[in-house]
Amino acid sequence: MSPLQPSSAPAPAPAPVAPTDPSALFTATDRTRRKLLTQRIAGIVFGAMAAAILLPLLVILGYIFVRALPALDWGFVTGLPEQGMRAGGIWPALAGTAYLVVFSLLVAAPIGVMAGIYLNEFARDNWFTRAVNLAVVNLAGVPSIVHALFGVGAFVVFAGLGKSILAASLTLAVMTLPVIIVATKEALAAVPRSFREACWNLGASRWQVIRTIVLPNSFGGILTGLILEVCRAAGETAPIMFTGAIVFKAVESGQLLPYNPTDQCMALSYHLHTVATQIPGVPEPMLYATAAVLVGFVLVFNSFAIAMRVRLRAKKKW
Amino acid sequence: MTTSMASSAELDAAPPAPAPAAPGAEAALPAAAPEPGPRVPEECGVLTRGFNLWYGDFQALVDVSACIKPRRITALIGPSGCGKTTLLRSFNRMNERFTGVRTSGEISILGKNILDPDVSLIELRKAVGMVFQRPNPLPLSIYENMVFGLRIHGGAGRASRAGERETVEKALREVFLWDAVKDRLGARATELQLEQQQKLCIARLLPLKPEILLMDEPCSALDAEATEAVEELLDGLRSRYTIVIVTHNMAQARRVSDDCLFMLSGRLVEQSPTAELFVNPRDKRTEEYIQGRYG
Repeated sequence: MSPLQPSSAPAPAPAPVAPTDPSALFTATDRTRRKLLTQRIAGIVFGAMAAAILLPLLVILGYIFVRALPALDWGFVTGLPEQGMRAGGIWPALAGTAYLVVFSLLVAAPIGVMAGIYLNEFARDNWFTRAVNLAVVNLAGVPSIVHALFGVGAFVVFAGLGKSILAASLTLAVMTLPVIIVATKEALAAVPRSFREACWNLGASRWQVIRTIVLPNSFGGILTGLILEVCRAAGETAPIMFTGAIVFKAVESGQLLPYNPTDQCMALSYHLHTVATQIPGVPEPMLYATAAVLVGFVLVFNSFAIAMRVRLRAKKKW
Repeated sequence: MTTSMASSAELDAAPPAPAPAAPGAEAALPAAAPEPGPRVPEECGVLTRGFNLWYGDFQALVDVSACIKPRRITALIGPSGCGKTTLLRSFNRMNERFTGVRTSGEISILGKNILDPDVSLIELRKAVGMVFQRPNPLPLSIYENMVFGLRIHGGAGRASRAGERETVEKALREVFLWDAVKDRLGARATELQLEQQQKLCIARLLPLKPEILLMDEPCSALDAEATEAVEELLDGLRSRYTIVIVTHNMAQARRVSDDCLFMLSGRLVEQSPTAELFVNPRDKRTEEYIQGRYG
């Protein structure tokens, strides 16, 4: 443009500054108001979605506990099933779940934590590490019923454990390993790199760095992963159905260690499945009470994990 | 001042002949070939010969041959990305954590090539300590930070708690931190002020009796007053340790260093006593840089 009109308009005089009213400065225009409105709507919608997560949880919990109330007492928790499970308590199932959780944790915790430490602290980026990481991701995505069938093949039949607490726990351990590995990896990765560099520069070996600095500072995160494992192992039905759970097992009421590792056992999740779908005429409050105990079991562990995390986070200062 | 003058005379006696004059031709030579440049290892705390470093396909250091004099402060200067931090990190092999790092050439410390396969990184880093841009005290108490090095190396640290305490006091005094923290050695180091944290990071290297202290812009996270305090302590350490400091701050290089290495695009352009380099740079590019034309 300008080269075509060389000198017709020589150096336009600076436009006079319009005398504006200072009180109108920095006030919202229509455009600003539209922007603010959009922002407000977005906040409300997203907030509602966040609340929508909370709502079902509260409804489910409330409903279960209210319906369970008539049947829920100490006798129910420590008693034995009677009259073909139409009366009595759930002690053998609760104890069985505890067995499964403890045994699966004994297997999965060391393997998972050590694998997580290896992957985050030692592994270099090569085909082996990539293969392990891929396996972790895929293992996490396998449906639990497939784990059950694997457990039958590998532990019940091939390893000759038969249907037993051991076989069921091992199946649960395989299923929950990825959770523990990923949680461990993330907890370790959250420890700042600068701490590691500081240690290396003082001539610390990698293991010394892990033992003195990295593990103490990632303990909370690892523990959270382990507790999530507990919750998952306690709640799953499919993996134990074919590998070790049994409909009914006579034990003594309130006995703390009623099973041998080679026994089959009752389990809360499987018991709930049985009384809800396989046995006619079970009084409804009993069903809800069984569910309430199972959910309570998980909630207790979960709140323990949360409390632990809050405490450890408060101690950190970086 | 006088020390700088004396050493500049030494330097003249053994002309360093900066490499980048014909880099292509020199790079083609094998490392064993006789090379121009400083050939007297005893005079160098750190000596590099034809050192190259690649991050994957990118060559970050090209044929660096430098001699860093012992018991003096040497500043590495140059614009961002010129490779000065990479060179510094090569002196205790901290780059090797990154995958895809390859090196060739030689880095000699006390006459030993630290790139040799029999070199233990643990022993090397005991002798060559590093201080980082951001103070990185460990999330432990001040005292535990100070004895961390001793304890992970066992031996000396196991001797006696009293001896340990003495060592800690001595090191903290060397960095002028003792009076500020002597009553709260059990406090968490991460709660100290930044300046004190950085001093602690320097002090915790000292119980290991290092030969060389590497400092990667140790004052860039500090305010002016703290910078002055750290520079003051560097001055105090000068005669006992070989100190290499990377800095973006030309004024700082001028204030604290005895010698200067100027780097550009991964090459060492000029190596001179500081007084000489800033007053009378030999290379045109050095002159342009210190006049602030780029960087």
